[in-house]
Amino acid sequence: MMMIRIIDLHKAFGPNKVLQGVNLEIKHGETLVVIGQSGSGKSVLIKHLIGLLKPDKGEIYIDGVEITHLSEEELHKITQKFGLLFQGGALFDSMTVAQNVGFGLTRYTDYSPEKINKIVKESLAKVGLRDVENLMPHELSGGMKKRVGLARAIAYNPEIILYDEPSTGIDPIRADAINDLINIMKREMQVTSVVITHDMVSAYKVADRIAMLYQGKIIEIGTSEEIKRTENPVVRQFIHGEAEGPIENW
Amino acid sequence: MLLSGNMQDLLIWNTVLLKPKMFRRLGLPLFSFFFEQLGEIGLLAVRSFRNVFRKPWEKEILVEQLEEIGVRSLPVVSLTAAFGGLVFGLQTYIGFHRYVGPGSEAFGGPIISLGLSKELIPILVGLMVTGRVGSAMAAEIGTMKITEQIDALFSLGADPNRYLVVPRILACLVMLPCLTLYGDIVGIAAGFVYNVLIMGVNRVIYLNNTLLYLELWDVVSGLIKASIFGIIIALIGCWQGMRAEGGAEGVGRATTKTVVIASISILIVNFFLSKALPATL
Repeated sequence: MMMIRIIDLHKAFGPNKVLQGVNLEIKHGETLVVIGQSGSGKSVLIKHLIGLLKPDKGEIYIDGVEITHLSEEELHKITQKFGLLFQGGALFDSMTVAQNVGFGLTRYTDYSPEKINKIVKESLAKVGLRDVENLMPHELSGGMKKRVGLARAIAYNPEIILYDEPSTGIDPIRADAINDLINIMKREMQVTSVVITHDMVSAYKVADRIAMLYQGKIIEIGTSEEIKRTENPVVRQFIHGEAEGPIENW
Repeated sequence: MLLSGNMQDLLIWNTVLLKPKMFRRLGLPLFSFFFEQLGEIGLLAVRSFRNVFRKPWEKEILVEQLEEIGVRSLPVVSLTAAFGGLVFGLQTYIGFHRYVGPGSEAFGGPIISLGLSKELIPILVGLMVTGRVGSAMAAEIGTMKITEQIDALFSLGADPNRYLVVPRILACLVMLPCLTLYGDIVGIAAGFVYNVLIMGVNRVIYLNNTLLYLELWDVVSGLIKASIFGIIIALIGCWQGMRAEGGAEGVGRATTKTVVIASISILIVNFFLSKALPATL
């Protein structure tokens, strides 16, 4: 069964046409990695999935419900299915780590404070953090902020997790641990994941399928092996990280 | 051929409005930009007003904002009101002394109280809170916007309007009149101190005149103005914060715009409120 269906999605910011007819289908429990250059519209794509942006044209179905025409009230019921890891963590500056991680739980559940504290600790432990509950975000390193952001995204057991550049700004060992965590979430909780990255090591490790976004469209989609063997010169240039090729550098 | 006066006027207006390319290039976009901005803030106001009556209410944030806007503004309001009252008392003393004659200064009491409670204190409190709180709102919400914290709020089930805007509007709506009432007391006391304690004006006549001529409505109309200024400050601060973009520079711009737009709006709205509100009930 399809968890996410995107049909002919268009989005422009002024004259800048970012998405020009994106079509994607993501199965329940699948991990889809979207690759593409910086500024190619990957983050814009996932912000549409959670209703943070409204498309100019096109349809998005989440678990069978078309979300582009929903009111904000109705949309909030859908956002409960999502966990979103932001590129920079997007932690709330005025709250402690524990309050950040527990924020979704206080909104989406009626758990007691004790139970929320327990889940917060467990979520932080999953991303390799201990005894940081009472720290403020400005006391954390960039990588720690990202991991707290991830703990916040998984704390309330969402059905779909959107990862915006999960390994960027983290050392390779931690990045690999996060890749493992993405795989564990999928295996143990059948979470559907959309991972946005340009780190191909990470992409190959977590992906069931990889899709490449280029000039506002999905130009190639397939398993890791299919992507590695592709004949498409644009995809080949990107996955091999070559400066020379059809993709313009500047 | 000679044209009649009306025709000449029409020609001049036609030339001014339609012919110069510069006007068409600058004037019309400016015109539409103005109404676009007005529309944006109008929509924010309508949405926030609707959300005031919808649960869940963000009580904790409201209490935080009441403290931030009200309690923490007390020192600056105290100083402003005290020196406003002193200088108003000083000029009223000079005015009566010069134009009515020595001994008439005791009649300045009701004028000081009226001027302070109806006009000066609401405006001073409005401008001070704009500088202290309105700018902070724009900076805080603007920083949240550019660091994706507002998107994070939405993704975690919190409506940014209910969470950020509504508590600030309510807190300003409640706290501006409270600060103004406090400012009235401090300002009127400062006027009394200058006239009676420093310049030796007759205390009994000064107080009697003040109590006789100052009406409750004078104070209440100042408080009504202050609550409207509160809504203006919070709306403009939140609106500018919500539309901040472009990093630290964008946040700085939002902060500056908040102070400028809110201060000018307060002065303009004050004039129309003074006209609209009856002088006495």
